[in-house]
Amino acid sequence: MGEKILMKGAEVIAEAAIRAGCMAFFGYPITPQNEVPEYFSRRMPKLGRVFLQAGSEVAAINMVYGAACTGTRVITTSSSPGISLMQEGFSYIANSDVPCVVVNAMRGGPGLGDIAPAQADYSQAVKGGGHGDYHSIVIAPHTLQEEADLMFDAFDLADKYRIMTVVLVDGLMGQMMEPVEFKEWVDVKKFKAPDWATVGQRDRDQRNIITSLEILPEGLEKMNLRLQEKYRKIEKNEIRFEEYKMDDAEYAITAFGTVARIAKTVVGMARDEGIKLGLIRPITLWPFPTKLIEKRAKQLKFFFDSELNAGQMLEDVKLAVNGRKPVYFYGKLGGVVPSAEDIYKEFKKHMEGGR
Amino acid sequence: MEKKLIIAGFGGQGVMLAGELLAEAGKEENKYVTFLPSYGPEMRGGTANCDVIISDEPIASPIISYPEATIILNLPSLDKFEPMMKKDGLLVLNKSLIPREVKRDDLRVVGVDAQTIAKELGNEKAANMILLGVYVAIEKPVSLDSVKSAMKLFLKGKKEKFISANEKALEKGVGIAKEFLGGK
Repeated sequence: MGEKILMKGAEVIAEAAIRAGCMAFFGYPITPQNEVPEYFSRRMPKLGRVFLQAGSEVAAINMVYGAACTGTRVITTSSSPGISLMQEGFSYIANSDVPCVVVNAMRGGPGLGDIAPAQADYSQAVKGGGHGDYHSIVIAPHTLQEEADLMFDAFDLADKYRIMTVVLVDGLMGQMMEPVEFKEWVDVKKFKAPDWATVGQRDRDQRNIITSLEILPEGLEKMNLRLQEKYRKIEKNEIRFEEYKMDDAEYAITAFGTVARIAKTVVGMARDEGIKLGLIRPITLWPFPTKLIEKRAKQLKFFFDSELNAGQMLEDVKLAVNGRKPVYFYGKLGGVVPSAEDIYKEFKKHMEGGR
Repeated sequence: MEKKLIIAGFGGQGVMLAGELLAEAGKEENKYVTFLPSYGPEMRGGTANCDVIISDEPIASPIISYPEATIILNLPSLDKFEPMMKKDGLLVLNKSLIPREVKRDDLRVVGVDAQTIAKELGNEKAANMILLGVYVAIEKPVSLDSVKSAMKLFLKGKKEKFISANEKALEKGVGIAKEFLGGK
């Protein structure tokens, strides 16, 4: 770890990716994440790495797909409408078992929407988004320091499971500044192409072929079963979450990303009034900390889920709680961010209603 | 210690620079710091503002809903933030551009004819630094020295020549704050 640097969230993403050994960026500009490609464009050529502004998001994600097939650490970053355009590529990448990292700085939707912070792409990221039965690992930092750390993990997880890792942030995290300390540079000289990579036959007996096509249903079923086996392994090993003041909690907020950060202030406000409120913050949105929420349901009077959408993670919380306790919801739409006071007021309505 | 400040004005008045400078100064003192700019369409024409929090403890929400201190550089910002301020909050006001008085009587108001004073100091654009100096001297989120050393990071190369004028402006603000505190 080096010294602390005061940086914009968007720049933190790029700098952390570079230090984590990201060798190539392909993307197409979109607000509110243009500072990410801007930063990459300054740094990558100097390091002898690739920065390429593609002609469209569709082109960009297919360039990512191509680079990923060589086992190279590769990234694209975009925001909601741009991410929608990339979904076909995501699905191909999933069934090709190739690793890459995608950052989505979510903005208000649907459609062209606005450029304000939102979390309305939760379902798209977590449930698939493209066609077919697939998952990506989805991680959601809530501070810039966590963002700096998790960018390294995003690449490690992608390589470990040959999977796409999505880093979900929002416009607010992209624009704000905070001091961060970066992990040590990954030594890219030690990288070598994995056995499965399509980098030429070399001394192998057979050519490596990467494809998402398998025309025989029985064959495609096998590919699917293998994918599902991989997903079960990830669900077993890679769930991450933070519990904040949950030991004695009687109520819990569930939230991720920016809202989870605001929720920590809400927890403080409640504790000041003697209300035993805690926070459960999923860090991996897929795999989701289902068992933890199930376990906590025993001690809690109710759950209170808050998001910058109409209730998307809410569905996963409800599935985990499975009717054992009430799950209430408060969300803001279209890029509006609630204050801690707003969230606390809504939470208290349910407390008083329950008495 | 946790100090929360909103700086608001037109784009171009140095709102963001003043905020970033304060954040950098906080970082230099090894404090927890968040800087949150408002961005989007309202940057053009309307008010530009930023939230700065400096704390000894990790900062939860970076958003300030009810400010305990504001630096207000224009009238639309006064209209927007005056009603939101906490009781006894500190309102540092750029009187050069604000024709009306503050309506509330439960705030600590320091009105400064910042642009006129900045002009007298030889740099009209340093009004933001005068007001920042006032705030730093009264609320003491960081030391003045930290602000000055942060300034050296921001004003490099071609901009280096502005350092002395900006330092003078900061010190002028400190002087105004001392008068305000002494006059109480």
